[in-house]
Amino acid sequence: MNSSRQLFQYILSGLSNGAIYALVGFGFAIIHNATGIINFAQGEFVMLGGMLTVFFLVFLNLPLVPAIVLAIVISTIVGITFERLAIRPLKNAKPLNLIIITIGASIFMRGAAMLIWGKDTHALPAFSGNEPLHIAGATILPQHLWIFAVTVLIIIASRIFFNYSIVGKAMRACSYNPQAASLVGIDVKIMVLLSFVISSAIGSMAGIIIAPLTMTSYDVGIMLGLKGFCAAIIGGMSSGLGTLLGGLLLGLLEALGAGFISASYKDAIAFIILLLILFIRPEGLFKKKETERV
Amino acid sequence: MTKEKRQIIIFLVFALVVLIAPFFLQGSYFLNVLVFVGINTMLAVALNLLLGYAGQISLGHAAFFGLGAYISGILTTRFSLDPWLVIILAAVCAAALAFVIGFPILKLKGHYLAMATLGFGIIMYIVFNETVGWTGGPSGLSGIPNLHIGSLIFDNDLYNYYLIWIITIIVMLLSINLSQSRIGRALRAIHDSEVAARVMGVNAQVLKVQIFTVSALISAVAGSLYAHTMSFISPVSFGFNFSVELVTMVVVGGLGSIYGSFLGAALLTILPEFLRVFQDLDIVIYGLMLILMTMFMPGGLISGIQSMAESVYAKLKGKTSSNA
Repeated sequence: MNSSRQLFQYILSGLSNGAIYALVGFGFAIIHNATGIINFAQGEFVMLGGMLTVFFLVFLNLPLVPAIVLAIVISTIVGITFERLAIRPLKNAKPLNLIIITIGASIFMRGAAMLIWGKDTHALPAFSGNEPLHIAGATILPQHLWIFAVTVLIIIASRIFFNYSIVGKAMRACSYNPQAASLVGIDVKIMVLLSFVISSAIGSMAGIIIAPLTMTSYDVGIMLGLKGFCAAIIGGMSSGLGTLLGGLLLGLLEALGAGFISASYKDAIAFIILLLILFIRPEGLFKKKETERV
Repeated sequence: MTKEKRQIIIFLVFALVVLIAPFFLQGSYFLNVLVFVGINTMLAVALNLLLGYAGQISLGHAAFFGLGAYISGILTTRFSLDPWLVIILAAVCAAALAFVIGFPILKLKGHYLAMATLGFGIIMYIVFNETVGWTGGPSGLSGIPNLHIGSLIFDNDLYNYYLIWIITIIVMLLSINLSQSRIGRALRAIHDSEVAARVMGVNAQVLKVQIFTVSALISAVAGSLYAHTMSFISPVSFGFNFSVELVTMVVVGGLGSIYGSFLGAALLTILPEFLRVFQDLDIVIYGLMLILMTMFMPGGLISGIQSMAESVYAKLKGKTSSNA
């Protein structure tokens, strides 16, 4: 009984972390599909979401909802600024230069956050208290429910957006073939900008809902960003179900590995999975193999 | 003057300046900084072979640096092996590891390669931190002996300066040679277009792994030397930030230029000494430098200096011809 309860706890925390990885992974996938760029600064939006909410809530004493909205808006503005100042001028740059630019942006944002808010870890109060709920002998925090709810909502919303709205369809068209898309009158530049808007907004949202569980600080972006990338890789860079499954799988394996093998190697597990996937199935677990275009 | 002659002269002048520099430097503090410039130059040159010549990024090079440092540190403190022997051992180990992971890792390209090397770097960092019984964990490993030749012990900054810089100059010379050999040309071909290089008969896959191995070997030697000059190592020196710092050195100095790597390493090692007042600001400045250099001076400092020298030269020439 006791060990099965423990198992349930591991699975629960694995799934809630996994949901976060999936959200971060969406951000990677959306920008990658629109531009072909892996945005190394993706994790920093997660950090910004959490830190800005803490800043507005704890230091400026704003109520929770305005604090969250403001945090998302500001992270999104940072995302737009980044695209306009650093990505758009380098439209035809080599991948190496784009990697270096996004890494530069990532350490710049992290450093700026450290200068502004210091090196301390901050806790964000849980959205609806810390009173654990008891379900079938296991305990679950209300924050877990928030994470699952927000993740499901974002996934449904993005599905509707990409499949049924005209803008979403235009973005998909760009990811298939930017040139053809521009020929039928789609403004590719706007779509690229939009991909940065969406992924920085989703990223900061992920940072906000996880902050009450894991605390937040200026440097949470590295790990969360990398694991989000890992989720996106497992999912084959899809902005749909693949990445969600990838995130959940990663979260579960990590939690079970930490619980049953060794907690201190928790982070290493994620990266070993990342390397294995990259070595064996770089196109993701759920995708049919495609030939590479040169 | 032929191109080759000019290169030899440039190299000799560089080596001479490096060797007599200590006579003009009062006080040992700056000498100590220059020892680190030497170590970082070695690392930047090693990474440049991979990044600047072959065009393959590594965001985990600090791991090989750390591997060299830890193998040296552990084997000399716990097993009292001869430090020189251990340096060779460490270099071989790092090269072997690079060779083994090189095949799967270098199949990846661009962003995926960057992420994979990053993942490798972080795994190694976690290992350095968690194998406390061997590495001392986060609190570090101390009491690593200084190197010595006979009764000459490398325990002060002047001796260390010559030890490090003689090896650095050898590494630079070998790298310049390598870059101008058939292998160097093949690597540049891979950089420009791997497909075209393969069509021309370059075995891209093997060559990339070989240069990765050489790069890891040099980094490990630098790590061993670092461990023996510092006598103390801890995982912080070998983390993700240092990997990024190395990439910054190479990019700022100039991709594909050995002297550029020296410039980049010197700038990024000396600058923080003057920026002490700003303490934590250095990482923000690195970030900005990476962005600005890539956007506005993709050839790095060395190309800036070269074009400046050329314009000065052209001006002088123009003046003399108009006078005549």
